[in-house]
Amino acid sequence: MDNKRRSFLTSMVQASAAAVAAGSIVGGFVEENKDKPLTLRPPGALKEEDFLKTCIRCGLCVEACKNRDNKVIIDGKEIVTLFLAAPGDKKPIGTPYFIPRTGPCFMCDDIPCMYACPTGALTPDMCKNEKGEVAIDYAKMGVAVIDPSSCIAFWGLQCTACYRACPEMDKAIKIEWKKNERTGKHAYRIPVVYEDACTGCGMCENACVTEIAAIKIFPREVFLGKAGDRYVKGWDEKDQQRVRKASTQTTTKTGRSRKSAIENLNEGIKWDQ
Amino acid sequence: MSMDRREFLKTTAAVAAASAAGLSIPQDAEAAAKESQEGWQWDKAVCRFCGTGCGIMVAVKDDKIVAVKGDPESPVNRGINCIKGYFNAKIMYGADRLTQPLLRMNDKGEFDKNGKFRPVSWKRAFDEMEKQFKKYYNELGPTGVAVFGSGQYTIQEGYAAVKLVKGGWRSNNIDPNARHCMASAVVGFYQTFGIDEPAGCYDDIEITDTVITWGANMAEMHPILWSRVSDAKLNNPDKYYVVNLSTYRNRCSNLADMEIIFRPNTDLAIMNYIAREIIKRNAVNWDFVKKHTIFATGHADIGYGMRNPNNPNVTEKEKDTVVKQVVKKVTDEEAVALSPIGKWKAGDEMEMKHAAGKKPFWHWEISFEDFKKGVEPYTLDYVAKVAKGDPDESLDSFKRKLQKLADLYCDPNRKVVSFWTMGFNQHVRGSWVNEQIYMIHLLLGKQSLPGSGAFSLTGQPSACGTAREVGTFAHRLPADMLVANPKHRKITEKLWKLPEGTLNPKVGSHFLKIMRDIEDGKIKWAWVHVNNPWQNTANANHWVKAARTMDNFIVVNEAYPGISARVADLILPVAMIYEKWGAYGNAERRTQHWRQQVTPPGQAMPDIWTMMEFSKRFKLKEVWKEHKLPDGTVLPNVLDKAKEMGYDPEMTLFDVLYNRPEYHKNFPWPDPIAKNPQTGKMHKNTEAAGDGREIMGEDGKPFKGYGFFVHKALWEEYRKFGLGHAHDLADFDTYHKVRGLRWPVVNGKETKWRFNVEYDPYARKFAKPGEKFAFYGPLLKTIKRGNLQGPIASKGKINLKNKAKIFWRPFMVHPEDPKYDTKGYNLWLCTGRVLEHWHSGTMTMRVPELYRAMPEALCYMNPKDAKALGLKRFDLVVIESRRGKVKARVETRGRNKPPRGLVFVPWFDEKVLINKVCLDATCPLSKETDYKKAAVKIYKA
Repeated sequence: MDNKRRSFLTSMVQASAAAVAAGSIVGGFVEENKDKPLTLRPPGALKEEDFLKTCIRCGLCVEACKNRDNKVIIDGKEIVTLFLAAPGDKKPIGTPYFIPRTGPCFMCDDIPCMYACPTGALTPDMCKNEKGEVAIDYAKMGVAVIDPSSCIAFWGLQCTACYRACPEMDKAIKIEWKKNERTGKHAYRIPVVYEDACTGCGMCENACVTEIAAIKIFPREVFLGKAGDRYVKGWDEKDQQRVRKASTQTTTKTGRSRKSAIENLNEGIKWDQ
Repeated sequence: MSMDRREFLKTTAAVAAASAAGLSIPQDAEAAAKESQEGWQWDKAVCRFCGTGCGIMVAVKDDKIVAVKGDPESPVNRGINCIKGYFNAKIMYGADRLTQPLLRMNDKGEFDKNGKFRPVSWKRAFDEMEKQFKKYYNELGPTGVAVFGSGQYTIQEGYAAVKLVKGGWRSNNIDPNARHCMASAVVGFYQTFGIDEPAGCYDDIEITDTVITWGANMAEMHPILWSRVSDAKLNNPDKYYVVNLSTYRNRCSNLADMEIIFRPNTDLAIMNYIAREIIKRNAVNWDFVKKHTIFATGHADIGYGMRNPNNPNVTEKEKDTVVKQVVKKVTDEEAVALSPIGKWKAGDEMEMKHAAGKKPFWHWEISFEDFKKGVEPYTLDYVAKVAKGDPDESLDSFKRKLQKLADLYCDPNRKVVSFWTMGFNQHVRGSWVNEQIYMIHLLLGKQSLPGSGAFSLTGQPSACGTAREVGTFAHRLPADMLVANPKHRKITEKLWKLPEGTLNPKVGSHFLKIMRDIEDGKIKWAWVHVNNPWQNTANANHWVKAARTMDNFIVVNEAYPGISARVADLILPVAMIYEKWGAYGNAERRTQHWRQQVTPPGQAMPDIWTMMEFSKRFKLKEVWKEHKLPDGTVLPNVLDKAKEMGYDPEMTLFDVLYNRPEYHKNFPWPDPIAKNPQTGKMHKNTEAAGDGREIMGEDGKPFKGYGFFVHKALWEEYRKFGLGHAHDLADFDTYHKVRGLRWPVVNGKETKWRFNVEYDPYARKFAKPGEKFAFYGPLLKTIKRGNLQGPIASKGKINLKNKAKIFWRPFMVHPEDPKYDTKGYNLWLCTGRVLEHWHSGTMTMRVPELYRAMPEALCYMNPKDAKALGLKRFDLVVIESRRGKVKARVETRGRNKPPRGLVFVPWFDEKVLINKVCLDATCPLSKETDYKKAAVKIYKA
């Protein structure tokens, strides 16, 4: 264990101890250990519930992120991605998280944070494609969501900053064109997020030029809906993939079908006298 | 929303009445009323950034710009903006804005080249500036001083600067950063048409059905124009066809129907292939070609605009490349390309016999048969082999694309617009490749027609309006006139009311040459206006060192502490765009004016004021005496003639150039045009009336204004140059009532397509009866005749009145092509801009949102190259050339996707000063630097 790591652990212990000792923070500590659904986790994280059970708050992922050699330092200030939740962060204490607006994930090819995890809370299993290949491109840290009311591209301005910042450009964010009927000659060039390719790295949120980002990363389960698997887009050959796990348990139930057919029938039928 | 006074009153009244009655009011009206109540004053202006020239409206409250909006009435952008335009309100308010003059001084308060910057008064600043100027002017004469001008000058600033430098100091050493940006386009226009600037206009985008971009990343650099291309494509997706030609994949490719990635410098070969196809397919528009054009060529052995390799300042490392200025070995691929000339075989040494002086410009008429012979070697097989730029693309795929490109140009049922920007202009054969694009359009007769034409896009907001039209170049005078032409000098002297013989007939030093001259000790005093030369000039190590260590004095007018300010000996804090009256001219010849909106901060003053104050320090007898120039030319003493004109030798340049009695008489201040259309309040005019700050001027007394409308006076004098000469501009007041006008403006009407009798009054004037076109530009219209080998004296000369020239130009390899490198510089370096930042980033890097979006310049690299070099994304690498090295981080997933063998590094970031690495080779005609090509090696830092 190198010195940095030791001092880091010490400060962690101190922080926890302080949290326990100070009565006023205890409540917060308990509160912060509950699942906060808006917390963004490093690549390869298990589903939040499982992640919290598996993560031992060791901080190795954060250390790995911090110690990678291709750090991003802008005007003398390092752009830090992973933090370990401390008291007051309103996150389960000791768990790793990142804030895309100020420190997005730079999507290292070798994914040092994930491989540093000793417990499998971060695991290559959660960072692979259908063929089982592991790569940072298959991370699912979150998904980018656009607020069309504040995104200036929806006003007709020619921005595309998020698109240009996207490491999965033309896959996770595509520019789509739409006629601008008001000017009559300047197409809207609008960013559209494709969740299947979006890793949730947050480069887009980091780059967004509005005062509060108009594109933000949300945990996938918080934001994403899910279309039913009994309909396939006839115009999209790949869409069948989406429903490939559709079960053959096709029985449906509604309030109307609560009773068996016979039970239902034998209730008979009434008529007005 | 702009409202006139009456509407404003009505709205306010309506809101009051409605609130009293408890009625709901429409949201728009409510918003408008609230704005007015908050004390916001809106006025028309223009975007500070690129050459597109978008109209904006700016809101002022408490003497601060508080907001901008796209001007819905502007025909260019109809109310929208790009990401930079969105931030116009923030560019002037960086926390580190320069607000006081700063001089390098020692503890005794004396100027000291190695001293620290300390605040001084304007008077002290001008005292030192004058002392240093006169020391070097007296030592070296008019060629020993220089001004770095700008394509971001307001028109009036450029005009005031040219007057001072050329008319006052009798030096032609004024050259703008526009030299780096569109000088090749200018030469292309001069050589082909005899007059500068595009024939077409932005309406072409909607009218055409084929857009071909050659080295123009419009999606990133001209986003508003690209949104128009995108819209046109949406309107007619099956017919409208977009081709993107580039040396790396940029974001234009995602709209384009076809992308062609070619090897740097081979655009010359691709052009000749297309010309050959046009002939082979019988697609030549013979009616057009015979009536309106002739064929021409010039010499091939013209060097690369580099220094003489024996110059002691050229380092040993650099010599490998620089020696090619004098002689180069002809490669196998060049031997084919040059074969029609019949002078060089593969392996021959090509001596650059026509590299000096005017020789690169020499050209002569040739026959069509010669022209045809010239393009004959440029077969599909040959061109595909030399030009394919992506090693991972198959030759067949590349060939199919070239054929398709020829199909598009040749299709008689297609209109075609070719756009280009820096890919053509920043090119060791930039003028040639500009000529070649006209070659294609002229052969096809697809020129000067609505929806068809070769259209040079401009980078800077007033590269056209100021640098080119005013002529802030070492060789130019206003309205396409030239210092070397005695008639032009005479016209200028008359309009400027100067004694005959005042103007210097010798072309001055171009931008890069000013830098070289400083290093060679030939220029020892330089003044920078509205640009950042030590960041924007290639091979920067030389120039930074020369400025900081040699015997010279550098004055920098600046708003923010950029690289050039750091290099300076004296920094003068200046007003930014909306802190002064001004005008810009965009790429479609549209001139747009704005009013001063707010007071400059601290002691900052407008650039014009610095010129006018400084001009008070020169008595006529000091500058209009006899001067011997280094080449032996004698500038005569004109003081006697001056006396005849009523000028006393004790008078100052201020009296003669700026403080003229007729200005005071004809252009008094206040002027009703200064009334804000919304509020009726008068706009400020720092130069005319002071602005209440009472800044202490050059005389140490409070400055209360010059007492006349400086900008209007300069405008009205300036526009006399163009009236009646196909450069007609409207009067000052008109521009404050319209959303810009495209010149020539004749009888109040703008001109959309030049040289076409249907649209251009000058074409109507010059065309023969029944003809549809007249390429009436007057320059270079009498030329020799000859063949591909050279001019033939016995053939005499030909006059080409109203005709354009179709040039044949051969392909040649770039002098630092990594393919032939033996010292390990095995990657191409290409530089350029990014969407988020303007030029050297002095303004946009102060906008927090843009800084966050793009805080540093990255080295965009192909992932396979990165892997081969053992590099990870965001690894810090050294990018090293024969000239210098910088560090940057690698990006393999970025917006720009270079093919293997090429890296792209933007130049906006002063901390990644990529111009230390770039090669200072230029087009030998235009003297524009090729920032797109240099050989580098890359390794982990």
